[in-house]
Amino acid sequence: MHKFSFSRKQLAIPYAIYLLCFVVAPLIVLIYYAFTNSNGEFTVSHLITFFSDPNTLGTLWYSLAVAIVTTLVCLLLAYPTAYILAKSNISGKSALLMVFIMPMWINFSLRITALKEILSLLEGNLAYYPFLNAVIGMTYDFLPFMILPIFNTISKLDDSLIEASRDLGADEFQAFLKVTLPLSIPGIISGVAMVFLPAMTNYVVLDMLYNSTYIMGSLIGSYFAAYDWHGGSMIALILLVLICVFTLLTRGGEEEGAGRGGVLL
Amino acid sequence: MIQMMNRRKHKMPAIFLILLLIGLLLPSFVKPMMVHAEESKEVTLRVSNWEEYIDEGDWDEDEVIDLESGDIFGENNIIDDFEEWYYETYGIKVNVEYSAFGSNEEFYNMYSLGNVYDLVCPSEYMMMKLAMEDQLLPYSQDFYDLSEENNYYIRGLSPYIRKIFDRSTVAGDPWSKYFAGYMWGVTGIVYNPEFVSREEASSWNILTNPKFKRQVTIKDNVRDSYFAALGGIKQDLLTSDDFRNDPNYVTNLENEMNDVSDETIDKALNFLKKVKDNTYSFESDAGKADMITGKVVANYQWSGDGVYTLDQAEEDDLYLDFAVPKESTNIYFDGWCMLKSGIKEDPAKQHAAEAFINFMSRPDNAIRNMYYIGYTSCIVGEKGDPRIFEYADWNFGAEDDEEDTVDYPLGYFFTGDPDDEDYIISAPADSVNRQLFAQYPDEETLSRSSIMVYFDKTTNDKLNQMWIRIRCYDIRNVSPWIWVLTALVIFAILFYFAHKKWEEKQY
Repeated sequence: MHKFSFSRKQLAIPYAIYLLCFVVAPLIVLIYYAFTNSNGEFTVSHLITFFSDPNTLGTLWYSLAVAIVTTLVCLLLAYPTAYILAKSNISGKSALLMVFIMPMWINFSLRITALKEILSLLEGNLAYYPFLNAVIGMTYDFLPFMILPIFNTISKLDDSLIEASRDLGADEFQAFLKVTLPLSIPGIISGVAMVFLPAMTNYVVLDMLYNSTYIMGSLIGSYFAAYDWHGGSMIALILLVLICVFTLLTRGGEEEGAGRGGVLL
Repeated sequence: MIQMMNRRKHKMPAIFLILLLIGLLLPSFVKPMMVHAEESKEVTLRVSNWEEYIDEGDWDEDEVIDLESGDIFGENNIIDDFEEWYYETYGIKVNVEYSAFGSNEEFYNMYSLGNVYDLVCPSEYMMMKLAMEDQLLPYSQDFYDLSEENNYYIRGLSPYIRKIFDRSTVAGDPWSKYFAGYMWGVTGIVYNPEFVSREEASSWNILTNPKFKRQVTIKDNVRDSYFAALGGIKQDLLTSDDFRNDPNYVTNLENEMNDVSDETIDKALNFLKKVKDNTYSFESDAGKADMITGKVVANYQWSGDGVYTLDQAEEDDLYLDFAVPKESTNIYFDGWCMLKSGIKEDPAKQHAAEAFINFMSRPDNAIRNMYYIGYTSCIVGEKGDPRIFEYADWNFGAEDDEEDTVDYPLGYFFTGDPDDEDYIISAPADSVNRQLFAQYPDEETLSRSSIMVYFDKTTNDKLNQMWIRIRCYDIRNVSPWIWVLTALVIFAILFYFAHKKWEEKQY
């Protein structure tokens, strides 16, 4: 028994090495660069610059706007889809699910190039709708990441809970609102996390769809292109902190959701 | 006799044995010596160049370039050809480790992160940066020796470009000390003559022309955009007769097009903000395709890519033109520099590096590279070797039965004599607005060209700040009602959570 637990510990070593080399070490470098100037002296000027420059703040605002709208659109599209898929009795459900996942298997730039042509047909001149294009492009790109976790959560729901609520007098809509929706919150949260975070930084979509306004990812890139490792690192760090805060907040929600499930049981 | 045979029979194995022993032992003595000799003879050359910027061979049979002086055909990768040529010519094995970069900045980042190169091919401003940082090794005296037959570079360099390289300085030295030209070009506008007149396309102000709102693209980088902005805001000065006819026109123009005073940067910022609102997009690669598919009617382009765009469009029966803004155009060069950190005063390595440049400058190889990548070589070939001019003529000259032709003199570029009658292309009349003009702009156009130097760190920081200000969303543009809405949403969420907490406490 003792020996078994020992070998289990050993199994973690590869990942620990990976973690150290590719997560911890770069993070330390990032923090070092963020708080030093080009002479290697400690400074917080990059931090102050970020929060006092209307352009960098505006970029944060714009990225948030793109990410929030994308996430909402994804959620509105994905939830009904996942719900119908999970609840339907048709055979070959997994084949149907595959149709929604399939776009993920096509090469990214090919996908966006195709989208560009479709949007050009629909909109005429793409350049007049940069924000809309960014949202459409990101939704197109990230929708499967929203569908999958919600689908998984809903299909694992215990049907007896819904039956119980119906027995207690709830109509179908009430049963959905009071039972299915709260219980699928963990799926929603992981879906939101998978869409919201990349949507804040994935500037390739914007570039390819002719949105000339920077979001956080492209802003960091522009600093690096100008050899300003320090300013770029600080922005990356700020983004990291924001993401951490966001994850902590949603984790709180997730536990709460689980708690509600417990109360219901 | 029999006895002798027998004795011999006995002796034979003994001799064999001895021979075998020697055979076995000898290599172990000789081999280290031989390996040593080979090692000192084999040179490794680490070359870094732009992506898809050299002939990789493997042409189709029908791609043979049949010039009067003979056929030119890219069978093998030109790097392999160099290794073979170097061994045949100098008896030394050279092993080229070839790598590629996507932009000057990417190269510099890789270099400063510790990648070692011997010979690189950045643009002129990156060369200036490297030279100012004392990273470059000057070329040897032998490299400039006109009497040496294999010095294809110095014997074949265009006199026009040579003048620029000798005139322009970096850190007190002429460019030519560190920089050997490979390809060159100018910046201009590719446009669709159906929608845009040549006059409209011949000004940087096409970028802010409301007539083409959201129908023009511009390059997505600070330097090219800033140059265009300078051309736009200084249009009146640059096109005035007083300025044009000034005896110091060349110097004055270069000063104006490298003007980085705070006031000018401010003006450029406003100009480029207008550009952002008026153009289709800032693009780094998509512009060529968008031009061909008709999404845009004009497109800020480097002349080499312009030729490519025009060629591609022709395949779809779309005929585009190339114009150079009348204010000024940015003449740019990509060229070879030797890095001190790579060569490390190793004469064998330096020799191989210089030979590499010479090999690439041999007219047939220059043509192969030109054909493969579509840019214009800095090389014209030495006197008496007309192959590069023949190639230009092969590309752009009119067919014998063509009626509507014009004479397009290129003597200024090939020999330094603008009136040289041997260097006139008789071209179809419409081609002078097209590929021929993009590949070899006429002398008058080039006289309005200016180089753009490398700016020091303070200036670059200012330019980058300007760029960020153009590209970023200014938070002050958020309208008040959106702020109110945001505040309401945040309050609603907070209220919801607070309410829920309160409800839970009730249980």
